[in-house]
Amino acid sequence: SCDFYVSPARRSSGFRATTIMAVEFDGGVVIGADSRTTTGAYIANRVTDKLTPIHDRIFCCRSGSAADTQAIADAVSYQLGFHSIELDEPPLVQTAANLFKQMCYRYREELMAGIIVAGWDKRRGGQVYTVPMGGMLVRQPVSVGGSGSSYIYGFIDSKYKSGMTKEECLRFTADALALAMERDGSSGGVVRLAAITESGLERSVILGNQLPTFFSA
Amino acid sequence: NNENDDDHDGFQPVLFVSLCRNTLLEANVAKLGCSLPPARKTGTTICGVVYKDGVVLGADTRATEGMVVADKNCSKIHYISPNIYCCGAGTAADTEMTTQLISSNLELHSLSTNRLPRVATANRMLKQMLFRYQGYIGAALVLGGVDCNGPHLYSIYPHGSTDKLPYVTMGSGSLAAMAVFEDRFKPNMEEEEAKQLVRDAIAAGIFNDLGSGSNIDLCVITKGKVDYLRPHDEANKKGVRTGDYKYKHGTTGVLTKQVTTLQLEVMDESVQTMDTS
Repeated sequence: SCDFYVSPARRSSGFRATTIMAVEFDGGVVIGADSRTTTGAYIANRVTDKLTPIHDRIFCCRSGSAADTQAIADAVSYQLGFHSIELDEPPLVQTAANLFKQMCYRYREELMAGIIVAGWDKRRGGQVYTVPMGGMLVRQPVSVGGSGSSYIYGFIDSKYKSGMTKEECLRFTADALALAMERDGSSGGVVRLAAITESGLERSVILGNQLPTFFSA
Repeated sequence: NNENDDDHDGFQPVLFVSLCRNTLLEANVAKLGCSLPPARKTGTTICGVVYKDGVVLGADTRATEGMVVADKNCSKIHYISPNIYCCGAGTAADTEMTTQLISSNLELHSLSTNRLPRVATANRMLKQMLFRYQGYIGAALVLGGVDCNGPHLYSIYPHGSTDKLPYVTMGSGSLAAMAVFEDRFKPNMEEEEAKQLVRDAIAAGIFNDLGSGSNIDLCVITKGKVDYLRPHDEANKKGVRTGDYKYKHGTTGVLTKQVTTLQLEVMDESVQTMDTS
């Protein structure tokens, strides 16, 4: 049979090794991610948007297999949208997180998806829920994920303090992601940030040359 | 939590160890008046670009069966709907069947909605189908078109992930084509500039990748018009034979001629009529 030759890739979909992060503050959340999608050693997309809207005030940060996380996010968006219409109310972040958990846990053997769900709702304000591979669900004030997260646990643990303002959270997230991107080969590109509050959503991008700089040997 | 790269075959490194030996061989062989056999090619280069008025899709035209060219001029830009076309890399049968299926479903959908189909719809349908088959359908696609929301371009991978970008390349020649794009792409280009860029990107794949060959097809999609330029550029036109190996009658003199008939007997003859009623 006829065959076109495609560059060999075990996961030709675009396997995403990543750095993602989310921080709660009083009144909302700040989420951030790098922008690199790789197929082996080739960067298939250097400006990926890994911060995906699930609903008006609820986002998810995606890490792991691009195909799996896109499919899960599409499915959960649909389910949450349907639920919200039935409820006639904006949905809760916890609901979205549980929908992710149910899908990630049920199909845990088939999927490779590490997701952070973050957003704002009227009942509990800004919330961050992490759903790592395997399908656990836990709420955390600050959460990091992806291959680059390993390099910034120390930074997060030492620099995080509760009661930060939105601007402080944005700075904190940008710094953490820049550090991770510096050290992790599979993370890079630009830093995408979003701040979600009751009044709405502010998205921003920090280009490569504008990233915060640190000591480099 | 992500696996290390020790067992990935994502990218074969290019080794230049044979370069010295080859140049030496080439020099020696040239002294004898011959030339080395050319490298055989397999694979695909497809790409797309968004420009001011729409999208330009490009593809090479070689289809291979292992190390043999099965089709020297195949068409890799598939019709999806009057305003949407899709280039396909990967397994030829998979790209053909997948695009035909989604084209058919999209036409039904379009009749149902009574609207021109949107590129995002085609993207959704393709990614959901490919994800369902978990990558076993080896179709890597560049989907482009113009709808009510403007021009759109997507790259779709066999496992079902998609990227929406202003310029994309796929196939084994994608790295060569991407190098051209990364150098010369600008947003809001004019049509001629965009066509030249796509043509050059495919040419880069054809000539630098042991993966693509033959001609360059282009498809320019704008609001209300599609230019399917096949071929746009015959980059590898078949050469004309300069020599002739036929010998004229009488070149070799015939000294004697002896005819021996073979002894054949008809053993059995049977006629079976075909039912043509």
